[in-house]
Amino acid sequence: MATGIKDKVAIIGMGCTKFGERWDADANALMVEAYNEAIADAGIEPGEIQAAWVATCFDEINVGKSALAASIALRLPNIAVTRVENFCASGTEAFRGAVYAVASGAYDIVLAIGCEKLKDIGYGGLPEFSQALGILNGLWFPNVTAPGCFAMLAGGYAAKYGLKMEDVKRAMAHISVKSHANGALNPKAHLQRPVTEEQVLQSPMIAYPLGLFDCCGVSDGAACAIVCSVDVAKAMKKKDFVTVKALQISVSNGEEMAFSNWDGAHVVNTEKAAIRAYAEAGIKNPREELSLLEVHDCFSITELVTMEDLHISERGKAIDDVMDGFFDSTGKIPCQIDGGLKCFGHPIGASGLRMVYEIYLQLHGRADKRQLKNPDIGLTQNLGGFPMMNVISVAIVGRYT
Amino acid sequence: MIGIVSYGGYIPLRRLSRMQVVQQMAWYNSLLYSLMTGERSVANWDEDAITMAVAAAVDALQNVEQKSIDAVYAASTSFPFDDRQNAAVIAEALNCRNNVRTVDMAGSLKAGVSAVVAALDAVESDSANKVMVTAGERRFTRAASTLELMYGDGAAALVVGRENVIAECIGSYSYHEDFVDHYRGADKRFDYQWEERFIRDEGFGRIIPTAIKLFCDNYHTDINEFACVIYPCPFAREHAGIAKKIKSAHVYTNLHDGVGDTGVAHPLVMLCHALDSAKPGDKILVVGFGQGCEIVAFKVTDAIESFKRPRGITRSIANKKDIPYPKYLKFRELINADTSIRAEAVPNTSLTALWRHRKMLNGFVGYKCKACGTPQFPPYPICVNPACNKSGAMDDYVFSDKMGTVLMYTGDMLAASVEPPALYGLVEFDGGGRTLLDFTDCELEKLNVGTKVAMSFRIHRQDSMRGFTGYFWKAVPIME
Repeated sequence: MATGIKDKVAIIGMGCTKFGERWDADANALMVEAYNEAIADAGIEPGEIQAAWVATCFDEINVGKSALAASIALRLPNIAVTRVENFCASGTEAFRGAVYAVASGAYDIVLAIGCEKLKDIGYGGLPEFSQALGILNGLWFPNVTAPGCFAMLAGGYAAKYGLKMEDVKRAMAHISVKSHANGALNPKAHLQRPVTEEQVLQSPMIAYPLGLFDCCGVSDGAACAIVCSVDVAKAMKKKDFVTVKALQISVSNGEEMAFSNWDGAHVVNTEKAAIRAYAEAGIKNPREELSLLEVHDCFSITELVTMEDLHISERGKAIDDVMDGFFDSTGKIPCQIDGGLKCFGHPIGASGLRMVYEIYLQLHGRADKRQLKNPDIGLTQNLGGFPMMNVISVAIVGRYT
Repeated sequence: MIGIVSYGGYIPLRRLSRMQVVQQMAWYNSLLYSLMTGERSVANWDEDAITMAVAAAVDALQNVEQKSIDAVYAASTSFPFDDRQNAAVIAEALNCRNNVRTVDMAGSLKAGVSAVVAALDAVESDSANKVMVTAGERRFTRAASTLELMYGDGAAALVVGRENVIAECIGSYSYHEDFVDHYRGADKRFDYQWEERFIRDEGFGRIIPTAIKLFCDNYHTDINEFACVIYPCPFAREHAGIAKKIKSAHVYTNLHDGVGDTGVAHPLVMLCHALDSAKPGDKILVVGFGQGCEIVAFKVTDAIESFKRPRGITRSIANKKDIPYPKYLKFRELINADTSIRAEAVPNTSLTALWRHRKMLNGFVGYKCKACGTPQFPPYPICVNPACNKSGAMDDYVFSDKMGTVLMYTGDMLAASVEPPALYGLVEFDGGGRTLLDFTDCELEKLNVGTKVAMSFRIHRQDSMRGFTGYFWKAVPIME
């Protein structure tokens, strides 16, 4: 009988690079930067790592396929290294691989590292990915981009709840303003400047109705975690450590896009992954129990809708919570207290681990100017793909009690 | 009785005002002043001789079951493929049976009428019961040339057969003469045209009257028996001059003002336009011109009164939208506009995948589950209905003829597009099924959640490096 992952695995060290347009650094350098921080944080020797999971998404433009690049960059001692890729959930997939490996009892100490070097391609936005959905889709699929697909969600959401687009836009702007204010306090964020609601609303249109400031940045970065079993953490005399409470992935089976049962106003798999994660973590009322959220705010509308899919806000009511400041740094559940994808940008393979990194810092009281008061438990969520076809990851980490 | 049993027409949405071109380019070519009236039709960037032929044929199939078509004869001088049968693409887009005869007719502007005559012969000889004839043209012309103002883009389709004939064939005549008013050598993009005076006097002005006289003599008939005489001639004065020479008061408009000369398609475009208002008993003479003439004559029957009129040329002409000249130049790649690095990566088309999924890609054929009846696209072996999920029990299901409703949409400025913003969204089909589709022939401002759309066969991607054109279906908001 499966018992879930709760409190079986401890995070004993984490690292995260400065995210941004890292013209100076290649993928190898980024991985080493995150790795060195994590090793020092965990207080272990590199030789103690017994296996590693590495996440990259756009493999061809940075490190190539396979786990070789990570193994070589980190000079890992000929251990098992596995590369994973699952769109924007890749980073969390690497974390999941490492956590499950420890939980299985196969290893004592395992590394999860995610990295993406996006800014070597010569143009803005994510790399062109028309081939990423396979040869057949390339022969009929619209030439979609990420902002285009998420823009559709805004229209679908407004239509479903009979909202005026200007009201949805204002809530979306509030989300961006909030995240920029948070990011301004984070030296590792790519974008560290506060913005005004007016600036957001007047930014040039990228994909109707999303303007430039509704979109997250595109940047380079790496993040990494070192995990071990709770027993090993205790044996290492770690105190007040953080454990994994839930790890869930939910993947579309094509229903949203081909079967007439999806409303176009929510993300099916976020809700499914969240329900399973809450059950795994023993959370009954996420709105009351969660201390902070790090969600996949690739676009402001995504964060808005995600609040409903995570059962924090009621259906159709996320706008009210957003405008009430519920998710602001001073609100009941701060969301993207580190600045989120909005300010960190989205180096695909790194993002999931970057989110866990922030919750880890917050739980340890090491978040400096943006430190929250006594957080106990936090949730991360990634949305890989598009609203109508996606890979969702949800991770919950908290204090070990 | 053998003749036309159905017809359809298609003139693309965009119109280029000739005055606009004169205003902008007559400083360079003063001959343009002679062509400053009216407007010409312009194919959208995702339309070509194949897609417009499909549009006209779909229109004609309102009155004929596509599985009853025995042959597809496709005419054009601007087919996208020199080798890969264009008629085969058209036949698959129409979901014809796989034992239809498919033939490309090309090489001369009279090929459209020649295709009709060949189709009539096939029916007469009983080698086919019904033949779909299509003629579509999208010719390239140099910027600021007179041809740019004289030509238009469009297509027509006729179904020729024996049953429910609306216009009976009453004769045909071929007259051949290697008169070269213009030509386009292999590998050349543009026509090379000879002096206009020569073309008018020795070409249109002599050959068409000669051929018509030979036809009349052959059938012991008089031109005045014809309520409608159709011949293409883009020169207005010469078009009228020919009428005087043949002594007919019933010469049909050459559609220069609203369409322009649609090349191979033009005699059939004019015929379809005439059929839109034809009455029983009307005799119609149709002349194709190019290295001589191909002539065919019809007599409209009583059946036309109960014939369900297609969208046709008349309504297609009325459905129009201006195109600014610079946008037209970009559509035809007559200006070397900047493209983003994002647009550089053009993968080749897997001909293996294209072949394996040809019904899906050409005909927009998905599945309908035998167990639960759910229409679905793209076609996968296991039913998408979560309450069913039955494996391997699917019937083919055609989506190309279904209307739909927009569920979600966007106008994407980031996506590489010939005409930004790229418009796409999720469409729910009447009768079930939904999928993500491009929108075309529309603007962002016209789209809404709930907008009704119809399907249109269009260019999906253009691989100019390898010379390949890939097609799929797009959604067009219903204007009427």
